[in-house]
Amino acid sequence: MDILYKVFIEPFLFMGEAPDLLVQTLWEGLVSGVLYALIALGFVLIFKASGVFNFAQGIMVVFSALILVGLYEKGVPAFLALILAAVSMLVLALVVERVVLRPLVNQPDIILFMATFGLTYFLIGFGELIFGGNPREMITGQLLLPQGTTEIDALGGSIRLQHLDIAAAVIASIMIGLLAVFFSKTRIGRALRAVADSHKAALSVGISLNQIWVIVWFAAGIVALVAGIMWGARSGVSFSLQIIALKALPVLILGGFTSIPGAIIGGLIIGVGEKVGEFYWGPLVGGGIETWLAYAIALVFLLYRPQGLFGEKIIERI
Amino acid sequence: MSFRKLGLGFAAATLLAGTALPALAQDSVYVPLFTYRTGPFAGSGTHIADGMHDYLRMLNERDGGIGGVKLVLEECETGYDTKKGVECYESVKGKNPVVVNPWSTGITLPLIPRASVDKIPILSMAYGLSASARGDIFPWVFNPPATYWDGMSMIVKYIGEKEGGLDKLKGKKIGFIHLDAAFGKEPIPLLQEMAKDIGFEVALYPVAAQDMQNQSSQWLSVRRDRPDYMIMWGWGSMNGAAVKEAVRSGYPMDKFYSIWWPGEDDARAGGAGAKGFKMLNWHAVGTNFPAIQDIQKHVVDKGLSKAPKDKVGELLYNRGIYNSLLIAEGIAQAQKITGKKVVTGEDVRRGLENIKLDPARLKELGLEGFTDQLALSCNDHNGHRAAFMQEWDGTKWVKISAPIEPMTDRVKAQLDAAAKDYAEKNAGWPKRTEACDKAS
Repeated sequence: MDILYKVFIEPFLFMGEAPDLLVQTLWEGLVSGVLYALIALGFVLIFKASGVFNFAQGIMVVFSALILVGLYEKGVPAFLALILAAVSMLVLALVVERVVLRPLVNQPDIILFMATFGLTYFLIGFGELIFGGNPREMITGQLLLPQGTTEIDALGGSIRLQHLDIAAAVIASIMIGLLAVFFSKTRIGRALRAVADSHKAALSVGISLNQIWVIVWFAAGIVALVAGIMWGARSGVSFSLQIIALKALPVLILGGFTSIPGAIIGGLIIGVGEKVGEFYWGPLVGGGIETWLAYAIALVFLLYRPQGLFGEKIIERI
Repeated sequence: MSFRKLGLGFAAATLLAGTALPALAQDSVYVPLFTYRTGPFAGSGTHIADGMHDYLRMLNERDGGIGGVKLVLEECETGYDTKKGVECYESVKGKNPVVVNPWSTGITLPLIPRASVDKIPILSMAYGLSASARGDIFPWVFNPPATYWDGMSMIVKYIGEKEGGLDKLKGKKIGFIHLDAAFGKEPIPLLQEMAKDIGFEVALYPVAAQDMQNQSSQWLSVRRDRPDYMIMWGWGSMNGAAVKEAVRSGYPMDKFYSIWWPGEDDARAGGAGAKGFKMLNWHAVGTNFPAIQDIQKHVVDKGLSKAPKDKVGELLYNRGIYNSLLIAEGIAQAQKITGKKVVTGEDVRRGLENIKLDPARLKELGLEGFTDQLALSCNDHNGHRAAFMQEWDGTKWVKISAPIEPMTDRVKAQLDAAAKDYAEKNAGWPKRTEACDKAS
C-alpha cells in the first residue's frame, strides 16, 4: 500500500504543497521541449523530403555551433561568424547532396540511413581534427542573447526564469513558425511537399530533386545552428551535445516523422514529461529515470498510434 | 599480386619488425599513455594528456630520458570508453610496457585482474578502485596519493569543521551529484556509511553520461530537496554543466564542493556566479617551478607539445605532470633497485612500491613545493595523503585550507573490508607472492 501511496498520491500532494516548484518544473520542461522540438524539426525536414532518417542531425548541431565559436575565436566578429556558420551549412548541404545523396539515389532507405551514419562519424572526426575535443563557451553575450535571471515571488515560493531560456523559447517558436509558413505558403515549400509525396510525380512536373535536397539539408543545417546556439548557451558547446540530439528520437516517435506540428507537440510532451517524471517520481527509484522515461512515453504512444500523433496514416495495399 | 611478391613483402615486413623491436627493448623503456582527446570527456582528458606527455617528453629532451634510457611514448586514444581502453591495453601489452595508466575507473576495473597475469603495473592515480590501495592484496595496482574514499572523507571532514564539528552535521542534508558510472558511484558506500554513523541525510543525484549537458532535472531536484551542502563527483563536460546549472538554479556556490577533477574551464563556465565553488586538490597550479619551466623551454617552445601555451600550468595540465612524475619516479626507483638501465614492468612495480617523494627529492626534481610528500610501500600502494581545499575566486583557484587529512579511522575499516570482499568474490584471486623490498 505504501508504494501505491508513493506513486499515486504523494507526488500530487507535493504538487499542491509547492505549486511554485510545479510551475518551475513545467517551465524547465517546456524550454527543454522547445529545444528538443527544434532538433526534431531538422530530422523531420530531411525525412519529409527524402525519406531519409538523418542520423547526422545531432552532430550537425555541434558542428555548426563549433564553426560559429571557432570563427569568433579566430577574430571574426560575432554576427559575421554567424553568417559564415550559416554559409558553411549551405556548403555542407551541397557536399552531402553531391557526394552522398546523388550517387545513392534509388537505393533502399536503409542504405541512405547508413550513409548518414557514416556522415556522422566523419563529421565527428573532422570536427575534432579542426576544433579539438575541448568544450567551448557559446558567445552568448556577443550574439546579444539576454543573460541573467528574473525571480518572481509567487505561489508561496519563487519561480526563476532565465532570460536565455525565454529567448530560446521565443527564437525557437519564431523559427518553427517561419518554417511552417515556408513549407506551406511558398513555391519551394510546395515543391518540397510534392517530393515528399512522390519522387516520381515530382520529377514528372519538373521539380529538381537535387535542388530540393540541397534546400532541405540547408534548412536542417540552419535549424541545427539555432539549436546549437541555444543548447550551447545553456550548457557549453562540446561533442557530448550530439548525444542530447538523440532525445529527438522519442519526439519523432511521438509526433511522427513527417509532421512539423508533430515535432513541436512531441517535443513539448517529451520535455515536460521527462522533467515532471524525474522530479516527482524519480526519487522513488533513486533518480536518473529521465534518460529512459522519454522513450517509455514514446513507446506507449507507439502502441496506440504507430505513425505518431500527427504522422500520416500507414496504408499498405495488398 | 603473385604469391612470390606477397611472400617477399611479408618477409620484408617481418625483418623490419624484427629490427625495430630489439631497438625498443635494448635502448629504451616503453611507456604507453592512455588518453582521450576526443569524445564527451575530452575537455578534461586533453589537458591531462598534454601534461602527462610533456613532462616525460621534457625528460627525454633535457636529460636523454631517465637514467640514460630514452622513454618511448605512445598515446592510445580510449575516448574514456571501457571497451576501447581494454583494446588499448591488449594492443600495448605485447610491447613490454613498464606501466599502464588507464585514466578511467571504468577501464581500470577490468585491467586489475590482468595486471598480475601480464606483469604490468597499473597506475590509477587518485582514481580507480579505492580498495586497490592494499598492496598486499593488489600488488600490481597503485592509486596514490589518495583514494576516492579518502577524498570523500576529507570533504565531509572539512564541511564538518565549518559547522563546528562532525557531530554538528547531524540532521543536515548532503546532496551528492555524480556521474552515473563506476567512477561516480565509487564513494557512495562510504558516504552512506558516514551518514549512518554521523546522522546526516544523503540525497543522490545521478547524471547519466548522455545527460551530462542536460542537468536541469537534477538541479530542480536539488531545489526541491534543499541540501545544506552539495558534493560533486563529475568528469568531462559534466563538471562545467553542473557549475552552470548550480549558478542558474541559485544554489549557494560556497556550499558546493567537488572531488579533485574540475579544471579552470569548468569553473569559468559558471561565469561570475561560480565564485565560491570549492574543490579538493593536492598539487600546485601555475608554472613557477623549474621542472615546468623546463617543459616550456624544451617541449612547448620547441613545438613538441600539443598544449596551447596558456594552458600550461593550469590545474588539469599539472595533474598530468603529477601522474608522469609518479611514472618517472617508479622507473628511476626500479633502475636504482635492480641496477638495470632498461627496466621491465616487474621492476617498475617494485620501483613504485619504493617511491619516496620527500621535499629534498621534489627539490632535486625541480618541483619544490609543488605537492606534499609521498611514500609508498609494499602494503600501502596509495599513501592516503592529505589534500587541501581550493576556491574559485572568479578567475583562478585560491588555496583556502591547510592540508586536510583523510578520516583514516573511518576509511580504513571500509577499505580493508572492500579489499577482502573483492578477493573473495573473484574466485582464485592470487595471494601475493611478490617479495617486498627491504626499503618498502
